[in-house]
Order: sequence, then C-alpha cells, then structure tokens
Amino acid sequence: MAMADHEAPKSFNLGMLIYDTRYRSMTIQIVVLILFMLGAAWLVDNMLSNLAALGKPLGFKFLSDTAGYDIGQRLVEYSSQSTHARAALVGLLNTLLVAALGCLLATVLGVLIGIARLSKNWVVARLMTVYIEIFRNVPVLLWIVFAMAIFLEMFPEPKEFKGENAVATMDLWNSVILTNRGFFIPNPQFFAGSMVVVLVFVASLVGIIFFGRWAKAHQERTGNILPTFWIKLGVFIVPAVLAYFVMGQPIGLELPGFEGRGAIGPDGEIITKGIFRVDADRGIHLRGSLMALCLALSLYTAAFIAEAVRAGIMAISKGQTEAANALGLRPNRTMNLVILPQALRVIIPPLISQYLNLTKNSSLAIAVGYMDVTGTLGGITMNQTGREMECILLLMLCYLVISLTISAVMNWYNNSVKLKER
Amino acid sequence: MKKSIFLGTLAAAGLVAGFATAGTLDDVQANGVLKCGVSTGLVGFAAPDANGVWEGFDVSFCRSVAAAVLGDSDAVEFVPTTGKTRFTALASGEIDMLARNTTWTFSRDVDLKFTFIGVNYYDGQGFMVRKDLGVASATELDGATVCIQTGTTTELNLADYFRANGMSYEPVPIETNAEAQQQYLSGACDVYTTDASGLAATRATFEDADEHMLLPEIISKEPLGPLVRHGDDEWADVVRWTLNALVSAEELGVTSANLAEMSAGTDNPEINRLLGTEGSLGDMLGLDADWAARAIAVAGNYGEVFEANIGEGTAIGLSRGLNAQWAQGGLIYSPPFR
Repeated sequence: MAMADHEAPKSFNLGMLIYDTRYRSMTIQIVVLILFMLGAAWLVDNMLSNLAALGKPLGFKFLSDTAGYDIGQRLVEYSSQSTHARAALVGLLNTLLVAALGCLLATVLGVLIGIARLSKNWVVARLMTVYIEIFRNVPVLLWIVFAMAIFLEMFPEPKEFKGENAVATMDLWNSVILTNRGFFIPNPQFFAGSMVVVLVFVASLVGIIFFGRWAKAHQERTGNILPTFWIKLGVFIVPAVLAYFVMGQPIGLELPGFEGRGAIGPDGEIITKGIFRVDADRGIHLRGSLMALCLALSLYTAAFIAEAVRAGIMAISKGQTEAANALGLRPNRTMNLVILPQALRVIIPPLISQYLNLTKNSSLAIAVGYMDVTGTLGGITMNQTGREMECILLLMLCYLVISLTISAVMNWYNNSVKLKER
Repeated sequence: MKKSIFLGTLAAAGLVAGFATAGTLDDVQANGVLKCGVSTGLVGFAAPDANGVWEGFDVSFCRSVAAAVLGDSDAVEFVPTTGKTRFTALASGEIDMLARNTTWTFSRDVDLKFTFIGVNYYDGQGFMVRKDLGVASATELDGATVCIQTGTTTELNLADYFRANGMSYEPVPIETNAEAQQQYLSGACDVYTTDASGLAATRATFEDADEHMLLPEIISKEPLGPLVRHGDDEWADVVRWTLNALVSAEELGVTSANLAEMSAGTDNPEINRLLGTEGSLGDMLGLDADWAARAIAVAGNYGEVFEANIGEGTAIGLSRGLNAQWAQGGLIYSPPFR
C-alpha cells in the first residue's frame, strides 16, 4: 500500500503547465505569442479604423489611374498617360539598375582596395587606409550630394559646345559628349550579317570554356602548365574581329550630336530654331544623376567591402602561405590557389549585407533627382494620390523582395564555396 | 527580440493613431500654441530671418490666426514641411493648419479630405530661363531640360502643357527649392518651373538676378490658400473668417495705423461688427469680441501684409495683379461680416 502513495498521478491537470518543467517553457512561449498576435491585431485594426475615419479606406485601385507625370530615365515604355503602376515599375527598374551597377563597381573597387591595403608598399597601404576611413565615416547622403555637385561643376554645359569657337569639345575622336547633364555615348547599330559576328563571338566563348577544362585536365595528367590566359585572350578577340571584317563591318556606331539653335545641321547650315542641346534620339544618354549616385554608393560601399576582404585574407593563417612557399608556388599563385579560395568563405557573408546596404541606400536617389522606386511610387505618386499607407506598404514590399532575392542568390553562392565537410 | 519589435510597431501605430478626436479649436486653446505647417524656406512666403524668427506672407497669416485664437501672435510653432510631407503632416494631426503655397484642387479637396478655407494668393505656373538662352516664349522650349520641384501640381501641369503643344522635354525632379536652384544655376537645366510667385521669390535671391527672366506664359491656375483637415467645421470657420477679416479690413480701410482709433467705435456698422464693438460675431465663432482686431493688429490688413512681404517694394517685387481687391479689378473678395 505504501508503494501506491509514491506513484505519480497519471492524469494531467492544468497546474502542470506552469509547475511542470516539461511544459513550462512551452506554455510561456505560447502565451507570449498570443499576446504578440493580439497586440499586432489591435494595431492593424486601429490603423484600419483610423483610415476609415479619415475617409481613406485601404485600397489599391489608384494604381490603375493615369499617373500624369513624366519620368526622364525609363528602361521600359512609359509616358505621362501611363498608370501609376507602370510608373512604379519604371522606378523599380531604375532602382535595380543602380543597385546592380553599384554592387558590381563596389565589388571590383572593394577587392582591389582591400588587397592594396595589405600591400608591403607603405605608401599604398596608408593611402588605402585613408580612403577607407574617409569614406565609411561620412554619411552616404553627403557623398551622393557631393558627387552630384562635383559632376555639375566639373563638366561643361551643352551651350559651351556651341558655335565655331566653342569653349568645350567632344572627346575620343568626336564620339562622346561629356556634359553636366550626363554623358552621351555611341549607340551600337546592328545591320544585316551582324548575327554571324555575334554567333562567332558566342562560339569562341564556348571554345574558351572547353579549352579551359581541357587545359586543366592536361595539367592534372602531365603537370605541364599551359599559357591559358594568352590563348584565351586570342580566342576571345581574333575570330570575332575576323568575322566582323569578312561580313563587311555589319556593326556600326551611331554617334551622338547636337541639334537646335546654333548647331550645325545635316547640310552644314546653322539651325536657327529650338534650344541648343544634345540630340536625344541619337546615342545613349547616361544621366548625371545615375552616374553620381552610382559612383557615390559604390565608393562608399567599397570601403566596407575592402575591410571585409582584408579581414578575410588576414583570417587565413600565415602557415598556409609558408606551406605554399615551401612547395615552390610563386606569390601570385599562392594568392589565387591557396589564400583567396579559403578567404572567400570568410568574405562572402559580410559581402551579402554590404550588397543589401547598397540597395537600400539607393533610396536616397531623390537627392540628385534620380527617379527610383522611392521617387516615383513613394514620391510623386504618393503625393498626387494621397495614399500614404498603401504606397509605403508597397514600397516596403519592393525593397523586401529585392533584398531577400539578393540574400538568396548570395547564400546559394556561399554554399557553393564553403568548406565541404566529408 | 519580440519585445523590441512590439514596442517598435506600437510607436509606428501611435503615429498613425495620433490625430485628435476633440475639436481642433479646443485642442489649440488647451495647448496654448498653434502648430502651423509652412514651407521649408521660400523667401517672402515663409523663411526664418537672420535671428531665426519666421517671417513672410504665409507666416503672417499663421500669426494672425494665433492672435485671434490665443491672443498671442508668437504662440505659433512653425513646422517646416516639404511638398511631399505637408499633406501627411496635416492629415495625421501633426499640424493644426497648413499655410504653404498649396494649390486648391478638386482631388485635394475631395479625395485627400482637406478643407481649403479660401484663396490668399492667385498664382499660376510659370517658367524661368537665363536670358542668354534666347527663348522668348514657352512654346520654343521643345527639347529643354526642365527642373521641377516635386510633390506639387507642377509636374502634372508641365506634362499636360508639353503634351498639348507636341513638345518633348527632359524632366529633372528635385525635392527642395535649394537643390533645384543648384541644378538650374549650374546649367544642368535650361528651365526652372514652379508657381510664378515662387520663381520671383527664388530669382530675387540670385546674385545675378538680371541674367534671368520669367517667360510670359502662365500655364495653369494655381489658387493658393491655407487649409485644414476635413470634418472640423468650427475650426475651419475660425481660420476662414480670420482670412476674411484681413481682406475685409483692407476693403473697409482698417489699417494697422488706424486700428486702435477704429476699435473705439466708428460710424460704419460693418467696421464695428468686424472689430467687435457691435453685434456678437466673436461669440458665434467661439472666440471673444475683439478676435478680428487682434488678427489685424499682427501685421495690418491683407494689403499691408502683401506689400510688406512680397509686394513691389520688396526684392521679390510682385504686383497685386489678380490679388488686388475686387473693387480694384482683382479677385480678392470677402463675404460680408453680418
């Protein structure tokens, strides 16, 4: 009978949720979760009822209304008669463009600067230190405004190219026009037969890949190292150039030029009507706002990437270098084959967050009049329609999707270079 | 982690839920200060002077309302707003009224739920160019690069005007007047466009003002006026009739010079009703009898405020034009005080 007194009760009672350590942590978590969700629901309900009280119930119908404003830089067809949704798309593409260009430039600059900071040359290493400290310790908005101000003052106005004795002249054999409204560069033109040249070029790219594999296999089999760089460069250039001349030069360049009052017309006469300007229909217009923004963002982010690169390289123990030297590898081969592959594993994770930072910082574009998604959807559209809540929610969604996509791609790459444990 | 997220959302929702439910007039009187939204700095309309004291055409109106409601023309908190933030600030209750060169349009009145209490400046969108551009009319602007201050009706008017005339242009949208000036002055834009009064004010600040000119075309109607939130008619009445008091004062010949004398009582019953010596108009508004006299005492009547801040005697040099009293061929007209 005494035994029966010590038996634990089999039945479950509610007090056990708090006093039994097996359930307590779970109970607390569930209670907190419920409170959190109730709080969130109250906030959302509060927002909706307040919007309703203002007479502005949440709705996205305004996106299909006519936008009514123009956008300078547009990568897809757009006019003032397009919808607000279309304007948001134009802005989104502009954001993606500046983010992509910025990330690319920041990576190249960052890697070079990071390696140069570790240089044995005292002057180079110190110069890079100064660069990094200056750029990452000043707010990026100031760099953007500064880059634009320099751009505006450094390059000539279009009117300085005007007339017989112009102050400014075109560069690179009259093929580019550098003004403070942007750079105007030649536009490639594809005529009949140009497909052949493109196909030859693609074929040589495929050839380069196969040659690289073959050279690697050859090296593993025989130990002979082939001068792959020069051969690849030759394959890259020679066939395409040959095809270009064989097909009778089917790819041309459309050069930018001037039009309007004071410009020289097609028959050599002086045009007497209109505003003197660069012809908008010829050549490609790289706007000053895009270049200033891109440059400022990438110089700023490059300083952070350089530090990540330096940290990654310094994380590889010196024994690795010494071991490679002992095997007789030259310094550049040591860097390429031993240090960098290991350093990449350390560099990639902070690099991801720098890419995300650059993308999010691009929302400062309005400071220089660049119409990114913050400028269209979160700027003019929001102001013209008065739909603050909807516009900001959509804007947050845009940046969230972009950032998560960048993260996903970079994590996939990180997984492919990280240490394979067997 | 969860706690910080929760507090963060709470703060965000607090901003959304921040607008008061009691009458704005009661709120203002309880707080003892009028929160008035003005521009971030447009000389003549609203800009701080060398001592940091706000002054200008719109600022003066804010002070008149504060004097009428609170009896103190300095009991105003000036909230600088950009073209983009002004409506959110007003709708959310961050400011009690907005006096910031804001155009009265259908959609702002009806869809954005604001009440425009009148027009204190009849304006229109114009163009400013350098004289050496060699352009005499806006119809010659085909292909021009145009600097625009964003968040206004300006970019819609501009798009319509160029489309209607079959011309192309390159828009350069800029957030504030200061940055737009920088782009225009460095020659990155051929043209700067905004309301003609704003252009005149901006031009007045240029070192080489004579090198710039306004084109003759005015491409839009821009009735500028103060506004309040929709749905609080008592407050809207106070602001509306303060403006009407300033306008009526000019029409009736009440000036800052003769205000004290006229407040003692005159032979003109309308002046007496306006200044509170006859009738009970102040009571009807929920204010005391000499509310209008205090509003006029701040800087004089409508005409005096105009001349002191933006008139022909100032650097901005705007003529009365459409903004003359109706009896002088203008559009400025107040309903009777009766």
